[in-house]
Amino acid sequence: MTPPPGITLAGDYALGGAPLFSADLHLRAGEWTCLLGRSGTGKTTILRLLLGLPTGGHFAGQIAATDGASLQNRVSYMAQSDLLLPWLNVLDNVCIGARLRGTPPDRARAAELLRRVGLSGAAHHMPRQLSGGMRQRAALARTLCEDRPVVLLDEPFSALDAGTRADMQDLAAQALAGRTVLLVTHDPAEAARLAHQIVLLSPQGTAVWPTPPQSPPRAIDAPDTIASQSRLLAHLRCAA
Amino acid sequence: MRGRDILAAVLLALALWQAAVTLTGAPHFILPSPLRVMQAAWASRVLIAQNAWVTGIEVLLGLILGTALGAATAIGLALSKRAERLMLPLLVFSQAVPVFALAPLLTLWFGYGMGSKIVMTVLIIFFPVTSAFHDGLRRAAPGYHDLAATMGASRWRFMRHIAIPQALPALGSGLRLAAVYAPIGAVIGEWVGASRGLGYLMLLANGRAKIDLMFAALIVLACLTVALHLAVGKLADRLSRYAHGD
Repeated sequence: MTPPPGITLAGDYALGGAPLFSADLHLRAGEWTCLLGRSGTGKTTILRLLLGLPTGGHFAGQIAATDGASLQNRVSYMAQSDLLLPWLNVLDNVCIGARLRGTPPDRARAAELLRRVGLSGAAHHMPRQLSGGMRQRAALARTLCEDRPVVLLDEPFSALDAGTRADMQDLAAQALAGRTVLLVTHDPAEAARLAHQIVLLSPQGTAVWPTPPQSPPRAIDAPDTIASQSRLLAHLRCAA
Repeated sequence: MRGRDILAAVLLALALWQAAVTLTGAPHFILPSPLRVMQAAWASRVLIAQNAWVTGIEVLLGLILGTALGAATAIGLALSKRAERLMLPLLVFSQAVPVFALAPLLTLWFGYGMGSKIVMTVLIIFFPVTSAFHDGLRRAAPGYHDLAATMGASRWRFMRHIAIPQALPALGSGLRLAAVYAPIGAVIGEWVGASRGLGYLMLLANGRAKIDLMFAALIVLACLTVALHLAVGKLADRLSRYAHGD
């Protein structure tokens, strides 16, 4: 893996001629940035712009990495839906990137990543045999298998139950440490736990929100985490 | 369907048939009794088997070729937007031409032998297979497209590793339809011009007022169709189970 770059996204986005948001977003190299905002403010659109995927609207501005190189082939992605292929076992799902690029899959490495996410016993299971939490862990192993310096996460834990979600947050924080991560979420608690930097997105633009002093992942019950979460929630509610 | 239910249904059909014969008092050259048909079937068993073999081969080859051609066309259409724009209206329009009307032409072009019947079968199943599989290929979940794009997949590899496997149940539905249509294609071909096959035998028996033999051939054809339907149904189930990871 090459050293993770910082990323800047600055510009205006319009959907069908109507402006949706104007953003000035700086993802710091090797850190977690959590992007929060209410539904429909364009969080996922920002993520898709960074991924170079079609968004259906028009973005006028620039997206650049601090090292000046292109972001292409340096970004991997994990969505709310695990997107595991039902007809492949967990191990083959983890290696799917290599298959899609026509290169031989490194099964030993995939097995090691599965061990790291606590799924070594399930390598030869089919996805439908796994629980929701296990499926998201398999998706995390697949993301890690891509070994890209930049990882974009689109509410990957939002469909999990509270306990599983907290476990997944710890696991992801540990597994993705040292990479430039953008986590799109609507959960203030998640942002307060995981972020080095919290950014709020609203029709008025992007704003950096103060994070608790400890380094992430923070304890769920730490007073600073709880206070930060409450303030965030209050802000999001009155911003509506 | 359980074996017992099928047996009961067959017995019921035979009883109704016998009742119709007895009640109407129709002569045997108009409506032969089940027993008479069975006797005719036994007496002509070699003749029926030879002709059933021919029809069976025509249907199977037509089904295999038609499926291969239909699946390849569906993949081609899904890979190329331009091909889709040009070909799709053409394909739909081609369905306005009744395939039956082409049968004499096909006999002229491909001869009296198996060739024209196989082509007829291919033509009749091509559209259901192509359209069902093409629909399945287009319906790949958008999330898979995003994932594959970020992983640097080419269009073809996305097709091979994601779109095709997830469209297999749709291909299975197309195959189920094809299994019903394929024998129709072969028999129509045989009616228009042939010297072998169950369709030919039925026409021949009809012309010679051997209605019992005609009935026997018809029943064998129906049994072939049911067997094909069951076999293809099993294959379609397998495709579905594979795609769902069962």
